[in-house]
Amino acid sequence: MSRRFTPKVVTANHLMEGDAIWLCEDDSWTRDMSRAEILEDVAHADLRLLHAQAQPHIAVGAYLADAEPTPKGPQPTHFREAFRTRGPSNYDHGKQAEADL
Amino acid sequence: MYHYSDFDAAFVRERVAQFRGQVERRIDGSLTEDEFKPLRLMNGLYLQLHAYMLRVAIPYGTLNGRQMRQLAMIAKRWDKGYGHFTTRQNIQFNWPKLADVPDMLDALADVEMHAIQTSGNTIRNVTADHFAGAAGDEIADPRPYAELLRQWSTDHPEFQFLPRKFKVAVTGAEADRAVIRAHDIGLQIVERDGARGFRVFVGGGLGRTPMIGKVLRDFLPEEDLLPYSEAIVSVWNLLGRRDNKYKARIKITVHEHGVEEISRLVEERFAQIRPNFSGVDQQMLAAIRKQFSLPDLDDRPTDGFTAAYDSDPVFRSWVDTNVTAHRRDDHAIVSISLKAHGATPGDATSEQMEVMAALAEGFGHDELRISHEQNVILPHVARADLPTIHATLREAGLATANIGLASDIIACPGMDYCALATARSIPVAQDIATRLDALKVERDVGPLKIKISGCINACGHHHVGHIGILGLDRAGVENYQITLGGDGTEDAAIGTRTGPGFAYDQIVPAVERLIDCYLDLREDPSETFIQAYRRVGMGPFKSALYPEKEAARAA
Repeated sequence: MSRRFTPKVVTANHLMEGDAIWLCEDDSWTRDMSRAEILEDVAHADLRLLHAQAQPHIAVGAYLADAEPTPKGPQPTHFREAFRTRGPSNYDHGKQAEADL
Repeated sequence: MYHYSDFDAAFVRERVAQFRGQVERRIDGSLTEDEFKPLRLMNGLYLQLHAYMLRVAIPYGTLNGRQMRQLAMIAKRWDKGYGHFTTRQNIQFNWPKLADVPDMLDALADVEMHAIQTSGNTIRNVTADHFAGAAGDEIADPRPYAELLRQWSTDHPEFQFLPRKFKVAVTGAEADRAVIRAHDIGLQIVERDGARGFRVFVGGGLGRTPMIGKVLRDFLPEEDLLPYSEAIVSVWNLLGRRDNKYKARIKITVHEHGVEEISRLVEERFAQIRPNFSGVDQQMLAAIRKQFSLPDLDDRPTDGFTAAYDSDPVFRSWVDTNVTAHRRDDHAIVSISLKAHGATPGDATSEQMEVMAALAEGFGHDELRISHEQNVILPHVARADLPTIHATLREAGLATANIGLASDIIACPGMDYCALATARSIPVAQDIATRLDALKVERDVGPLKIKISGCINACGHHHVGHIGILGLDRAGVENYQITLGGDGTEDAAIGTRTGPGFAYDQIVPAVERLIDCYLDLREDPSETFIQAYRRVGMGPFKSALYPEKEAARAA
């Protein structure tokens, strides 16, 4: 029996800045994970990943990351993905220091 | 120090121009990421967790004031005003934007620097003893050989498709300050019957399968350095496993085939290619060597130094830890600590880089070094100038007196930056150092090397730390394994795991228990942590680390 599908988001790094970005429902990309499209169906998730991979001029290294659906939008479940929403812990740099672009 | 020939300068400029075109083609969509990635890696550009990262080579860790100022400028103009010095004597910029990188590379070329072969399956930056040319105990300056190897290995036609990366380190002294036994090739300059040559180690390396290098040749005549190195890389290039990247490094090749068989193959290949080396390499070496001569050091009285040492306890404490004997008594080697308690190991701001550049220009014959322990060295300063140097460093937040002590921690960037990391290492280093500072014990504890890696690839050299810490992802939570008894010197040893790992919030208390344990069991203050560990073994430290287990066993 295959493992149950857990909710996902499509994420990647931005080609120009290199920072973390997430795919939204309207096909745009956001730097705020909570605005990303939550994917609860495996077939739909695969389609959305293919869509992301077809945008090499924006997104580098797109992959599906586990996320928890919440009323405030998708939230990371793994610490690595949580760090990607914030930035490094030694300086106030990265997303934690910037307003949403 | 070495200055670029016209050939070097043209070569580096051409590479920048090529890369500029490649970046343009990536941005306009002519190149896919799959096509672009190997090209950017050839030029030191990684894509990390939050941004691109540019790794710049500092050959054998040597640079001058102008180069350090340029690094400061690059950090300020195209990054966030700081740089990170690494365990391979390089500097990394953590926040470049893709479109800016060609300009950054041009700015590096302006001062004879580049990022070539700092990544990918290439022969990487050749590292050397950071006290080279200044230490009293060396037979010869290892840097001319390192420069010769750099020139030989750059774009070497036979080695364009190596199984994996390849790292070479050279030292000129018996005391190993360059961790040569943890390199693919480690070279130690030795003398036999008045002739100069090398003891050649092969197959050392850390990472997933740590190995201490094995002696391949006890004495290799100086003039055979390039053909013999070429024979080693050549044999590995054919034998090395390309089916499994975790088994591709030469340490595995040596392990699988045995050092005798590797030696046989290398000697065979060496005999074949030796006649091709007509002596041009030795002429080049002679020319390179002239550029590494000891600067003219004036005779300087040391009374002022002695007076300051006797009267100023802060200065004295700094001299005791951060100043090393120079080959001349009236001079000294200064290690500038980039390990202020609570700061990120190896980081320097643009302002700090400018201060260090000015000190090198004003007092240090325009020479700076980067150590594999992520500190900066002024290799040739007059003792008479030490009080002024110390005062300047203090103003810049660079006078932390902790070289060789427990807070002089090596830490890789870990999951705060690195895409490969499985856990963070920087905040662990920050918290350990902050705790040690609060306890005010590190002077009493004495020499102790703590090294932290945020993944099994071991950039933080944890296997050769007296206390090694390895950060892992255990079921979605950061977990830290401890090893004890590692040693990166001429007595090289791989540390032994203590047992189960510790949670993020338990790793600092665990290290504290190890230090307390050592203080309790040492015979006297002259017995160092590593000596005590070698005397008593793992037992007492394990009991201190896992008191619950100990209690359960006693019950």
